[in-house]
Amino acid sequence: MNLEYFHLIDRIADLRLEQRSITVEARVPEKSTIFEGHFPGYPLMPGVLLIETMAQTSGWLLIALMQFQRMPFLAAVKEAKMRSFVTPGETLSVEASVIHEGSGYTMTEAKIKSGGKLACNATLTFRHVPFPNPDLRGHMEAMAKQIGFPEQMITHD
Amino acid sequence: MTSTFDRVATIIAETCDIPRDTITPESHAIDDLGIDSLDFLDIAFAIDKAFGIKLPLEKWTQEVNDGKATTEQYFVLSNLAARIDELVAAKGA
Repeated sequence: MNLEYFHLIDRIADLRLEQRSITVEARVPEKSTIFEGHFPGYPLMPGVLLIETMAQTSGWLLIALMQFQRMPFLAAVKEAKMRSFVTPGETLSVEASVIHEGSGYTMTEAKIKSGGKLACNATLTFRHVPFPNPDLRGHMEAMAKQIGFPEQMITHD
Repeated sequence: MTSTFDRVATIIAETCDIPRDTITPESHAIDDLGIDSLDFLDIAFAIDKAFGIKLPLEKWTQEVNDGKATTEQYFVLSNLAARIDELVAAKGA
């Protein structure tokens, strides 16, 4: 994870299109400016970043399911529960699966585990649209390579 | 048997916390009931589940944006119910 740049996913560990599910790994850094304020003397991973981590995990699943032709954007967060503190240095396992594919939107369920224990979970809604510009698509392709997104799933027009 | 409109009205009332008795077949989901596009995703989700269909929201939005259809055709509830009936029939065909 690089919190300052919102790079919250380190590696795709498992991507199953037929099951419409994904598991990724993410290691919370030991040091970050975020922890200087959240909280002084008691560093904790902010809940909003845990939600963003679940959203990015879901997002990579949706990008794969949409054959890298569309970009999902987080639209709603429901039933988000922060069940335990997440602290610097922890390695997280993040899972997401699709619960409904609508027209132009998708809903997922996502959870984060640390040390095998459920740390948080949420139901997320995404709107998805064709990539709005080549820059974003190029950035996402570069990120995909970094995190081990299957190269054969990156299709080109 | 509960009509499609009644089922949709109940979904809207429960999803958006709108009094059921204010929802009529003539109600426009956006203009009269004040439902925004994000809330409509929740309604679409509930309708998709309830009727086993997939409301073609993207197609409808495109048609409205292109001037090929009016919002009334899809978002006045009697019309929405008719569209749902068509989708259910097409699925069973």
